Amino acid sequence: MNASRAAWLFLAPALLVLGIFFLLPVIGALGLSLTDYDLYALADIHNLRFVALHNYLALLQRPLFWSALGHTVYFVAVGVPLSMLTSLGAALLLNSPLARCKPFFRTALFAPVVTTVVAMAVIWRYLFNTKYGIANFVLGQLGLHPIDWLGDPHWAMPTIILFAVWKNFGYNMIIFLAGLQAIPPELYEAARIDGASAWRQLRHITLPLLGPTLLMVSILTVAGYFQLFAEPYVMTEGGPLQSTTSVLYLMYDEGFQWWNLGSASAVAFLLFVIMFAVTVAMLRLARRGASFEGDAA
Amino acid sequence: MSPRLARALIHGLLIGGTLVALFPLLWMLSVSFMQPGAASALPPPLWPAHATLGNYRVLFLRAGMGRYLLNSLLVASAITLLSLACNLMAGYAFAKLRFAGRERLLRVLLGALVIPAQVAMLPLFLLLKTIGLVDSYAGVIVPAMASVYGIFLVRQYTRGIPDELLEAARIDGAGEWRIFSQIVLPLLKPVMVTLAIFSFLAAWNDFMWPLIVLTGQGHYTLPLGLASLAREHAQDSELMMAGSVITVLPVLLLFLAMQRYYLEGLLLGSVKG
Repeated sequence: MNASRAAWLFLAPALLVLGIFFLLPVIGALGLSLTDYDLYALADIHNLRFVALHNYLALLQRPLFWSALGHTVYFVAVGVPLSMLTSLGAALLLNSPLARCKPFFRTALFAPVVTTVVAMAVIWRYLFNTKYGIANFVLGQLGLHPIDWLGDPHWAMPTIILFAVWKNFGYNMIIFLAGLQAIPPELYEAARIDGASAWRQLRHITLPLLGPTLLMVSILTVAGYFQLFAEPYVMTEGGPLQSTTSVLYLMYDEGFQWWNLGSASAVAFLLFVIMFAVTVAMLRLARRGASFEGDAA
Repeated sequence: MSPRLARALIHGLLIGGTLVALFPLLWMLSVSFMQPGAASALPPPLWPAHATLGNYRVLFLRAGMGRYLLNSLLVASAITLLSLACNLMAGYAFAKLRFAGRERLLRVLLGALVIPAQVAMLPLFLLLKTIGLVDSYAGVIVPAMASVYGIFLVRQYTRGIPDELLEAARIDGAGEWRIFSQIVLPLLKPVMVTLAIFSFLAAWNDFMWPLIVLTGQGHYTLPLGLASLAREHAQDSELMMAGSVITVLPVLLLFLAMQRYYLEGLLLGSVKG
């Protein structure tokens, strides 16, 4: 049997699955977004019409799309830095030569990552209940006024961000920890002999050497956070006053509640384009930052 | 800062962080044993005054939680086994078999990772509707039978196997399938375990796609069942916490038992990629 034929036979199952159930639908989504596919077309395909870019233009004029995009960007812009800082802080603590019982702390801090989003979101709904929730009880003990965490349009998104940080920080913590452990200890040794403070060691050794890891992690985290859906679905159903309706929530609502599949596909594609643009921008920015530091040195 | 103070500060922060990370999980477990309504009190009770298994009984006998649990087990196991088979074969081909366009094909697949899965969901729903797989286990399982990430993970690991080993078998006249199944597969055991845990956890925790493709409660997985119960029984915190325990406990235990493989795999797929 020739080697090339064997290779294709080994590849066939995976490529068929990916081709039929991913690649084909992605191309289909582009096509679908150019049609007015809706409940009528679902019942009888003859009702389908080609509408060119009408779905996109209509979306760009809909306040709901812009507010969903705004909420998603809010979630990404606040949630990602907060998550990464928490991850980095936890990794630095775990990496400290002074810390004991590291495997225990590592496992405990990582545990939220493997849990089910839906179940955790249900728990947080009760922890942040206005009347009986622990969060408000603690505020009360501190002499602060209770907050209507999930019922106040100003507080709902911050609560979801807190939840996401709690749920996800352990993942990047493990990656940062591996990055920190790869830094040669001699560098810190030399810095200490030169009398560099802990803060300066962090600023001039740890962060620069962690640079590539930081960039990769931030790109992956941004991509993940743009896909916000299950949290608002369970915790707030997109409310109050649609203050937690994300782009994907809008896509789900438009597509599977109202069966406007054409318009929903346009939402999905716009999200993809935005995510792609943000990733490219981050890579560019990182490259420029790196060449700056190169010039300075 | 003196070393003693630094040590106290580091441990204080670690213990504080651990408490924050674990508190919701411990609270869930505790409340799940409380009498109905007992958690809605001030100050919020941390411990069941009269522990009961009643919430679990209600969930299994009246809310169909047993059905959801079986559905989840079935769907996650099937996805794990089938995706393991597809990804192992493809990953091996990318690592060890020569064919025209190998590197380009791999680049295309990796490039496809930038496309969020949700873009495919609307046409995928229509496709599965046409072939009659909407509201069936297959509708959840089939699209998850292969993953670019899994293929890549296997490829990275398989590249560490020396070519001489495979060449020697070829000279002895072993066929490609025999080389794969009898020589390569046994060596891939660690990455198989890693990949199996990843697929199982991802399939178990998945929410959006099952929510779309499973239209009737009969096929609901645990997260779907829990989400729909949470909408009906918003006030019954004790009942919902028991439901959360049933949903989370299996994956949490799996992780605790296999965490070495899980954490290694997490790094294999990211840093060393």
